[in-house]
Amino acid sequence: MSGTSNFQSNSRVVNWIEHRLPIFSFLDSQLHQYPTPKNLNYFWNFGSLAGIVLVIMIVSGITLAMHYTPHVDMAFGSVERIMRDVNGGWLIRYIHMNGASMFFIVVYIHMFRGLYYGSYKAPREILWMIGVFILLAMMATAFMGYVLPWGQMSFWGATVITNLFSAIPLVGEWIVTLLWGGFVVDNPTLNRFFSLHYLLPFVIVGLVFLHLWALHMHHSNNPTGVEIKDEKQDTIPFHPYYTIKDLYGLGIMLIFFAFFIFFAPNYFGHPDNYIMADPLVTPPHIVPEWYFLPFYAILRAFTSDYWVYQVISLGGVLMSAKLAGVIAMFASILVLLFLPWLDRSRVRSAKYRPMYRFFFWVFAIDCLILGWVGGQAPEGILVTIGQWTTFWYFFHIIIIVPLVGILERPKPLPDSIAASVTQAAE
Amino acid sequence: MSETANHAGQPTSGGAEIDEKTRRDFLIWSTVAVGAAGTALAVWPFIDQMNPAADTLALASTEVDISQIEVGQSITVIWRGKPVFIRHRTPEEISAAETVNLAELPDPQADTARVQKPEWLIMVGVCTHLGCIPLGQKQGDTKGDFGGWFCPCHGSHYDTSGRIRKGPAPTNLPVPSYEFTSDTSVLIG
Repeated sequence: MSGTSNFQSNSRVVNWIEHRLPIFSFLDSQLHQYPTPKNLNYFWNFGSLAGIVLVIMIVSGITLAMHYTPHVDMAFGSVERIMRDVNGGWLIRYIHMNGASMFFIVVYIHMFRGLYYGSYKAPREILWMIGVFILLAMMATAFMGYVLPWGQMSFWGATVITNLFSAIPLVGEWIVTLLWGGFVVDNPTLNRFFSLHYLLPFVIVGLVFLHLWALHMHHSNNPTGVEIKDEKQDTIPFHPYYTIKDLYGLGIMLIFFAFFIFFAPNYFGHPDNYIMADPLVTPPHIVPEWYFLPFYAILRAFTSDYWVYQVISLGGVLMSAKLAGVIAMFASILVLLFLPWLDRSRVRSAKYRPMYRFFFWVFAIDCLILGWVGGQAPEGILVTIGQWTTFWYFFHIIIIVPLVGILERPKPLPDSIAASVTQAAE
Repeated sequence: MSETANHAGQPTSGGAEIDEKTRRDFLIWSTVAVGAAGTALAVWPFIDQMNPAADTLALASTEVDISQIEVGQSITVIWRGKPVFIRHRTPEEISAAETVNLAELPDPQADTARVQKPEWLIMVGVCTHLGCIPLGQKQGDTKGDFGGWFCPCHGSHYDTSGRIRKGPAPTNLPVPSYEFTSDTSVLIG
């Protein structure tokens, strides 16, 4: 971490500790004097927002675990007891339920911010890749958490998603049985999901520390994408300038969050999850939580007559459509790991990249359409739309991004962050 | 390596150095190999504990009384936590299942290979796509385009022999091992 601290204290206690564990100078250099580009816009709020939502999720989750019973006969009832009998239980559960949605909202905005301003490019590749792993860990955590109330969507969501692994050749069935601890999703499954749902958030905390460590090596990117050249000219100390800006953004976010907790607590949920799990009755229309819908649409796009499937499986020889769908779904996230190398442009910010900017917005709309299709029953024209938007998702990342980086003529960059401000003022 | 290898501080001759290296390499690699094998042995129980436990495996067979099932009716029983469909097929359903051209099937299998007595179709009622329960057991249920079962999750159609005909499911509904213990009862599993 490149951080210079001229930390000094008159307190003998502080100095005694500092001599043995230099934590005060560390915090001072990383949170107080930490030089931050002075031109950050509000899209740079979403990283700290995600961190705060993570803390809210851990605190509310640990509290819920004090009242929850991970057993198939009692899980549903214990959640209802939390809602009706436990003091303030309804509030804590609604915070936790909607907190999951807030977490994904702020993280998705945070990621698209990175895509727009080229924050994943050198020297921030590892920073970006750790972010992708955080997303994967979040998804696993959210999926297992959704199973815990043991409603109909919990049970059938778990059944469908764990069955994805049966598509793996040879060992697929063995893996599924191993995940379940039985021959169907049952009590052993619920128990282990509870255990892992409790564990994974702390893994995320660890990953967040690595993410911040990597961030503080080269400092934040900024809307111009031009590196800090002169610390005095281009940066301001994190505290108080960005602590206050982050706090302001937090206030706005919490109002948004509180609206859902108090006025539309089940808006992001599904009514079927208030019916206790019944292993003999599948609900007519199974949908995952909204934050999984784009990936669910990619999974379902792979039918045996989908031309992309025909191409990658060499006419259906190499793999089944089911396996292709599963691979595509995981690949849609894993491909992001390669983005820093797929993007050939040396200019970071889309502000100076007219062609990339156009395709960025097409890609953003493509992701929204995928999300919409993922929530609908797979019938008629929707199948075709899902297949073309799936194609575009990969085509954008694998073909368009490298090509635009080579073909595009970027606009002239400002000399420095400071110059971008003064030039704009002129 | 060669510097630290020489404990006595004497100049190392070429031969001694090679000797030292091979001996060290052997010690290092054998330590690594033993360590890796030991770690793998220690890790295995932590993976295997996730597999079905003895009591889960113990629920492996179910005896069902089928005397009350009229022609054209189905019942669902639970075996190993999974629904098993038992259908008393009508003569039309049997002939429909037997006269299909096997070349048209995604997972070709003759009806005779799927039943012990043609009037009794017994199979696991779990869609082979992603594990949903197909509709078609109850009177009012939609039975799909082939008069058998229809999975509402992703639209797989099964025929009157439980074979996949249309949709994303890769294989036919599986037939569990079972035997008729008498004319009116069947032991599944």
